Amino acid sequence: MAKTGTTGDKIFRTVLLIAVSIIPLIVAAIIYMMVQNSLPTLQRFGVGFLTGREWIPAQETFGALPFIYGTIVSSVIALIISVPLSLGIAIFLVEQAPKNLAKPISFMVELLAAIPSVVYGLWGIFVLAPFVRDYLGAFLQKYLGFLPLFQGRLTGIGMLTGGIILALMIIPILTAVVRDVLEVVPVTQREAALALGATKWETTKVVLGNAASGIAGAVVLGLGRAIGETMAVTMVIGNSPQISASVFEPAYTIASVLAANFADATEKIYLSALIEMGLVLFFVTFAVNALAKLLIIGVSRRNGVAKA
Amino acid sequence: MAETNSQNHGRRKLVSSVMTTLTAACAVFVVAVLLLIISYIAIRGFSSISVQFLIDTPKPVGEGGGIGNAILGSVMMTALAAVIGLPIGVLAGIYLAEFGNNWYGNVVRFLADTLVGVPSIIIGIFIYTLIVVPMGRQSGLAGGLALALIMIPIVARTTEEMIRLVPDAMREGALALGAPQWRVTWNIVLPAASTGIATGAMLAIARITGETAPLLFTALNSRFYNFYLDQPMSSLTVQIFNYATGPFEVEHAMAWAATLILVGIILVINVLVRFLTRKRF
Repeated sequence: MAKTGTTGDKIFRTVLLIAVSIIPLIVAAIIYMMVQNSLPTLQRFGVGFLTGREWIPAQETFGALPFIYGTIVSSVIALIISVPLSLGIAIFLVEQAPKNLAKPISFMVELLAAIPSVVYGLWGIFVLAPFVRDYLGAFLQKYLGFLPLFQGRLTGIGMLTGGIILALMIIPILTAVVRDVLEVVPVTQREAALALGATKWETTKVVLGNAASGIAGAVVLGLGRAIGETMAVTMVIGNSPQISASVFEPAYTIASVLAANFADATEKIYLSALIEMGLVLFFVTFAVNALAKLLIIGVSRRNGVAKA
Repeated sequence: MAETNSQNHGRRKLVSSVMTTLTAACAVFVVAVLLLIISYIAIRGFSSISVQFLIDTPKPVGEGGGIGNAILGSVMMTALAAVIGLPIGVLAGIYLAEFGNNWYGNVVRFLADTLVGVPSIIIGIFIYTLIVVPMGRQSGLAGGLALALIMIPIVARTTEEMIRLVPDAMREGALALGAPQWRVTWNIVLPAASTGIATGAMLAIARITGETAPLLFTALNSRFYNFYLDQPMSSLTVQIFNYATGPFEVEHAMAWAATLILVGIILVINVLVRFLTRKRF
């Protein structure tokens, strides 16, 4: 009886161990296959691949800088819009809203994350892009047009529209993480601030200070999602490998150049260049996610709450 | 002194109520955007949907056409992904929850979390180099595998969380009665966590149903009904992408109609899961 138990345990644990080991195996295999397949450009261009400004596949000239620039700028626009909004929602949900109101709002914000990327892209092309062209962009150009940021031809398809779509897409994860981080801050801190005569907002500021590193983690996590977001951006950013000061101009991101060109890349060297771009994207998002995780874990540790 | 103090107090209260209102405004704004998007999809979608559209295959512009084969392809690839991804994900989750409190568990947990954040197009490239290149062509198999890889870390982490919610007293009780460890996990802990695991699995399925990027160059697309996994396969999401980026108004109308179907499926799953888990969270 005892013997069947121990053999059963051994088999059971082995099966589980195999299943769980598939996860590190996937990560290792992704890195191996992508390095293998990008060797031609890795060897031929070296670091110059990342700093080159020209991208002309027909002439076998591959410079990734316009894509890196587009990825960074569109993600920064997304953060500028989504961070204040997400902070506001999270503060509202945790500090102010009654529970029976906070729950449905929380759910609706999460639903925003359930909408597929390609649907955001569709909505972006036919609703957001015309709005940016006719109202938002026109407004910015009229009043802030002296800045190089808001000059150029307004088509609605470009960096700004891409950034706004990205902002909408990362609001749910930003809000959810900030909400969780605020909930971990002990109630006694709020009680102490209120007892000292602080107003509701002053109390919230105390809570925010305590949760600062977790909020930073949420922002970094949102940045990671923005960098890797593919379909919606591909559909509205204009897909043009140029570096322009204007946010109205079309641009390109690393993820969108992969989506738009991978299927057509028949030349070996072209394919290698695209896969190397994917490798860059993989390492950047991996590092950003790891950093976010460390920052978020910090808050729960400091407040003595072990989160599963 | 008393006067300035009360003035100051009044200003502080004003700032507080302004900020409070602003945070509420943020919530109202984002909820409004969500409702705007969903209602727009509903209006545009319903105006161009028909039964024929749900059955037909894509045709040259002007001859109608539909998304029947795309729906079939999405169902087949999602099913394949679930058949591969769910067992591996659930078993991995069991390991993390029951035996994962060591360095290896921590490493896998960390890798799983970062893998969830890796763009899905990277998974597409990986499967392209691993499956498509050796096979010499795109296929439903490659698409389904890409979706499975996206599912595994998500399912593993939600399963782990759900199993950790099962009280230790249940494990101890069963162990005290002489049950071996694997029986405790399989017959006591797992059934107790099954509703949570099932909802996690449904959410993961909803998530991969909406994936486009990993299918673009693994499953590619097809204009025909295709029942064979070793052939290129159409999917709802790739079809929406093609219709949306096409030059013709009829194509755009079809994109909205297909989107209505896709978003409908995903929202129904999400609301259903919410309803089923309402009492426990």
